[in-house]
Amino acid sequence: MTKSTKGNRAQGGGTAAPGGVRGALPSEVALRVDPLIDDPETRIVVCCGAGGVGKTTTAAAIGLRAAERGRKTVVLTIDPARRLAQSMGLTELDNTPRPVPGAGTGSDSGSGGELHAMMLDMKRTFDEIVEAHADPERARAIMANPFYESLSAGFAGTQEYMAMEKLGQLRARDAWDLIVVDTPPSRSALDFLDAPKRLGSFLDGRLIKLLTAPAKAGGRAGMKFVNLGMAGLSMFTGALNKLLGTGLLRDVQTFVAAMDTMFGGFRTRADATYRLLQAPGTAFLVVAAPERDALREAAYFVERLAEERMPLAGLVLNRVHGSGASALSAERALALAENLEEGGIVDRGHGKGNRHGAHSPGRGSSYGTGTDEQSAHGDHDAYHAHDVHEDIGEDGVPDSTPRPESAEEPTDHNGHTGQTEQLAVALLQLHAERMQLLTRERRTRDRFTALHPEVPVAEVEALPGDVHDLAGLRTIGELLADGSAA
Amino acid sequence: MSRLHVVTGKGGTGKTTVAAALALALASGGKRTLLVEVEGRQGIAQLFETEPLPYEERKIAVAHDGGEVFALAIDPERALLDYLQMFYKLGSAGRALKKLGAIDFATTIAPGLRDVLLTGKACEAVRRRDSRERRVYDAVVMDAPPTGRITRFLGVNEEVAGLAKVGPVHNQAQAVMRLLKSPETAVHLVTLLEEMPVQETVDGVAELRGAGLPVGAALVNMVRPHLLDDDLLRQADSGPGGALADALARAGLSRPDRFVGPLVEQAQEHAERVTLEREQRSALEKLDMPVYELGLLPEGVELAGLYQLAMDLRDQLPARQETP
Repeated sequence: MTKSTKGNRAQGGGTAAPGGVRGALPSEVALRVDPLIDDPETRIVVCCGAGGVGKTTTAAAIGLRAAERGRKTVVLTIDPARRLAQSMGLTELDNTPRPVPGAGTGSDSGSGGELHAMMLDMKRTFDEIVEAHADPERARAIMANPFYESLSAGFAGTQEYMAMEKLGQLRARDAWDLIVVDTPPSRSALDFLDAPKRLGSFLDGRLIKLLTAPAKAGGRAGMKFVNLGMAGLSMFTGALNKLLGTGLLRDVQTFVAAMDTMFGGFRTRADATYRLLQAPGTAFLVVAAPERDALREAAYFVERLAEERMPLAGLVLNRVHGSGASALSAERALALAENLEEGGIVDRGHGKGNRHGAHSPGRGSSYGTGTDEQSAHGDHDAYHAHDVHEDIGEDGVPDSTPRPESAEEPTDHNGHTGQTEQLAVALLQLHAERMQLLTRERRTRDRFTALHPEVPVAEVEALPGDVHDLAGLRTIGELLADGSAA
Repeated sequence: MSRLHVVTGKGGTGKTTVAAALALALASGGKRTLLVEVEGRQGIAQLFETEPLPYEERKIAVAHDGGEVFALAIDPERALLDYLQMFYKLGSAGRALKKLGAIDFATTIAPGLRDVLLTGKACEAVRRRDSRERRVYDAVVMDAPPTGRITRFLGVNEEVAGLAKVGPVHNQAQAVMRLLKSPETAVHLVTLLEEMPVQETVDGVAELRGAGLPVGAALVNMVRPHLLDDDLLRQADSGPGGALADALARAGLSRPDRFVGPLVEQAQEHAERVTLEREQRSALEKLDMPVYELGLLPEGVELAGLYQLAMDLRDQLPARQETP
């Protein structure tokens, strides 16, 4: 099915392709995943994108494929779905890369590659930084402060920062050929780029300095802030004290003072991570689904990466639908289904309309409320108002079969033919639905590629179920590599 | 019936759309609802095709039968300034604080404080009464953070009440927590009939219940109709080949043979999906909470579709009791 779909997809080439299906835009560049992950110069692949588009799955599939193609690979996942984690042998957050059992470690492929995987433990990573930068006594003081927990677990962007911190650590160890990193499910995908800077500038910001040593900083701060700033500040700390209860702000000040020696370190590390992301060995993959919101987010991300001069490798479009029968358009399929219903099974079809026998929540009212007893026709007219079937030949083949007389045939003896006709009607309707979905996805994708014709795209065909084993990840990897050939 | 509806869900499930549809559904029949956004994404404005929402309540839509939906995008910085203003009459000093980054500081060093301000604002709208002591809003619907963070987001008031042992914030946090844990609140979880979102819903429900937060309904979004019933599925599976090609030919399709294979394959994929969806549906049914379904909008979400979802939802919601 994959092959035939690709074939059909490639043949379109324009907006008015026969069969009403839009194919690849001429300007579209194919993203070639295999050359990217095979290239020894590629050391880091970052998968980013909006939540719910299959980022983690993509990261895992790319990691597995790279390993089975001979590279020593580690996948850094953040908050993976439980069964996906299990498929890689991950059972808990432990911050330690572990070999993934069953991932072609050279045995079957003879490739010599390896796959390791780990799940990010955000708090543990933060603890490690504190322990590395402060003497034991001070580290204990920091970790015992009630604000430390709040900051290490809840600070907007901490997860993003820690993911980048961990990436830096893994890269520094230089024990892997390739690091594939999944990014946190941020409310906005951009948080992940901003977080290191934000945390860095927050922790060594002016205000923190004022809080730790108000008198000293007041003397040194720029003149324009002295009057306004200090007056506001004392009022503010006073207000906060009353608002939050005395003691709270003192906790903050103690905490900030204890962290003071580390601020420089934070800033330096954040800067280093940022530079690492810009380095030539890094490749960003923006992951999206062919849906409006996900692609809008993807477009935004593409622009942002360009602004930050981060190296974008391309867009991975997950869960794209295809059809082996894409030469048959939705309109044509519905018209054919109507022919069968009207001519053939209308008499016995009463009360047996297959669409009504099935559960169709939500859409019930959108195609009329006619009950089965009323008429299959009334229902249909509301469903597809474009009631033209004579003149459509979108499959590009002249319709030689005379319709009306043959449609009368199935008044048979045992109702068996009627059943086949019902099946044919259902299959045609199903196909029409698939084609509508496919057209919609193409339209959404084309909007993106028109806006960013320079971005290479790889499409991954939708699978009916979720992926939660290595075989599934392998399939995704194949589809991904194959999708780049479209 | 609950009056504060907190809508959460896994990313990509259409949380904002469902929250908006719920606000419309609850407003129908001459009610007034407030749709609240807390994550600064301006998703509501995009959905209703209006310009970005300011930090003030404004009418955004008219529901069926004359109800009204108001919307508010809560900005934590502005909310904090409001509070300081309310308690301490800060005046222009507030602006100076902002310039200095103090507000940024306060809302980030204590993430709890930020969440208290967000839930606090929503709770205030729930309780608000006009000069004649009538409720200003019949219901408040919050487009809340995703399932993974929801329990912490709602529970943070307890944490803050513990950190700030006295003072207005302590009192505020406790009052908010009382409302959040009362039957006046319902936390709804948006999901799809797919494994990962359903698993996250199951986990989220357990977590919410463990924290003593009232769980509302599972809202299944983007439900697709099943076009083949079981009999036809079996028939498709048994490979009717020639007969099917004949039927397609009778319908007027030339050279039907080339389509039989792909069409049957699509039916099998459909069957596989239907089976998976049944499993997911039964997993949701075991949760002992109402399950409401919203159909997939074939043309994507736009305003007309949103009203369609609201109607679907309204028809499924239990009959409303009048709130005095």
